[in-house]
Amino acid sequence: MNINTTKVISLLFFIFSAFYLYTAYQIQVFAFDENAPFNARTFPIYLGYAGLFFSGLKLILPDSNTIKVQHKTLEYKKTVILIIIAIIYGATILKVGYFLTTSLFLFSSYYFLGERRWVLMFLLSFPFVAAFMYLLHGVLDIYLRDPFLQSIGVMG
Amino acid sequence: MIEGILIGLTTALTLQNILMVMLGCFFGTIIGMLPGLGPMTAIALMIPITYGFDPATGLILMAGVYYGAVFGGSTSSILLNAPGVPGTVATSFDGYPMAQQGKAGKALAIAAWSSFAGGTLSAIYLLFMAPSLSKVSLSFRSPDYFALMILGLTAIAAFSSKGQFLKAMMMVVLGLMLASVGQDSLSDITRFTFNNMNLTDGISFVLVVMATFAMSEALTIILKRNDPTSAAKQVSLTELGSIKINKEERTKMYKTIPRSSVIGFLIGVLPGAGATIASFLAYGMERNIVNDEEKEKFGKGSVNGLSAPETANNAACSGSFVPMLTLGIPGSGTTAVMLGALLGFGVQPGPRLYMTNPEIFWSIIMSMYIGMVILLILNLPLIPYIARILAVPKNYLIPLILFFSITGIYVMSFNNFDIYLMIGIAVVATFMRLYDFPMPPLILAFVLGGLMEENLRRSLLLSNGSWEFLWDRTLTACILLTTILIVVWHIYKTMFKKTKG
Repeated sequence: MNINTTKVISLLFFIFSAFYLYTAYQIQVFAFDENAPFNARTFPIYLGYAGLFFSGLKLILPDSNTIKVQHKTLEYKKTVILIIIAIIYGATILKVGYFLTTSLFLFSSYYFLGERRWVLMFLLSFPFVAAFMYLLHGVLDIYLRDPFLQSIGVMG
Repeated sequence: MIEGILIGLTTALTLQNILMVMLGCFFGTIIGMLPGLGPMTAIALMIPITYGFDPATGLILMAGVYYGAVFGGSTSSILLNAPGVPGTVATSFDGYPMAQQGKAGKALAIAAWSSFAGGTLSAIYLLFMAPSLSKVSLSFRSPDYFALMILGLTAIAAFSSKGQFLKAMMMVVLGLMLASVGQDSLSDITRFTFNNMNLTDGISFVLVVMATFAMSEALTIILKRNDPTSAAKQVSLTELGSIKINKEERTKMYKTIPRSSVIGFLIGVLPGAGATIASFLAYGMERNIVNDEEKEKFGKGSVNGLSAPETANNAACSGSFVPMLTLGIPGSGTTAVMLGALLGFGVQPGPRLYMTNPEIFWSIIMSMYIGMVILLILNLPLIPYIARILAVPKNYLIPLILFFSITGIYVMSFNNFDIYLMIGIAVVATFMRLYDFPMPPLILAFVLGGLMEENLRRSLLLSNGSWEFLWDRTLTACILLTTILIVVWHIYKTMFKKTKG
């Protein structure tokens, strides 16, 4: 049986809207605001109904432009690896610091995407990040916390 | 007015102020080009520097950064499909396909000339219309703003969805839902934060735009095994650097620029509307005006489709100064930052600014024109070099897009929760892109969410909870009628196409 993925997404959006609407009704408002023409939950409630309306229509109405995606041709492996690298980057940036994590993020991303020109990979990671960091930190005066560079005495 | 122009010229044409416009345009272009660092960030960074200057010089510098960043944002929209600002989202619709066809230099040249023309024309409109325009803005009430936002969202859903109106409307609702996360602006009650402190201030616009455009674009390229740089690899440096616009293209631009500049300027004047709505409306209007043959090219690299939003967003930038300077109401997020700076100088914006500090009012208007000339001189010769970004191999380009996106978010919040949130939104957006769910409606809705709620709140409170405010005022009713006409026209067109098929 062929499942129309657009309909599945619409169904998920319908469920999401229902959850949003339920949560909107749970928003605590001040007692004096409870019966006001407009309070903190009014707009979200309208949005919840709007979500149910549009996704419901999409579910009910026939889909003339069915989108078929050839999953076999998609590059899931590299995409997932890249996402994992980005998550690791996010998890370590505060503890290790901007310079090392960003350089390693770039270097490993180039590697997993199939690049093997080591010198270019190095130049476009460590020195590139150092230059960018100088632009942000040194020129634009945006503070970048970097425990690694602080530990080796490069940054004050 | 002549006296005002002379005061403005005297102030704007001092060596220091010309230098400030040049520096502002240059740094603005560079910062605006980096996805994630749009004009708001750029101007915010300038505020501490400008405190050492007099108010006119400080504002001239910030205005230069603003125009530069908008142009820089267009550059990254065209080359990377990564708009750093919502005002340049519509630019990517035709600019990016054009760049993918190996015409990056041409696309950037069209954008530069359109920006210049849009900015120049709007500066002229501003000169002649500034006093009366404040009255136009004053006549708008909350119901009109609310109706205008409904019109903007419906128009973008109708025009950018390529026959998938319901999908686009779902994205509009999703954008509004994302905008509702965080503290309610009036009561400070937290909504949809699930006791997570990181969500108390809401989701940052830059985060959403980076996730749904730059990051999801990068992931889609990998997922679909596309190589956006393949076109650039096939052309020589001379071809890549070609910025010549032929006669046919010029003719198209001559027609597009005047009408888009008028739309851009008028929308820019309306507080809250700004460059985003202006560029989308100009794009939508242009698409409806052109003939069927040209209409087919929209979304695939149309000259009109690129020129219209570029003209309009620059015209709107000039227009957005009007409510800020004359009413003290910012016309956009960026002018809101500038309003803060103005207050920092001890200058109270509002109708009296015109009389008490005429040199500030007029010098900004005059510096707009100077800024446009400088931007053109600065950007046209640099276009071939800027366009070389496309020649960076995919294996380098993708990690660099991810790097700029993540850095853009990191320098704004210094917190890894935002990075996780951005990755999460990007993954969902990538999946939805595969099934043709359009992202621009989500972005516009996200930007307008807060304002829309605010205006609905005021309208409902003033009408005591009654929805009669929607047709009580002629202006509101007219705007809503236009919205209905757009929906009916869209349904009719879809049905007519099906019948024809």
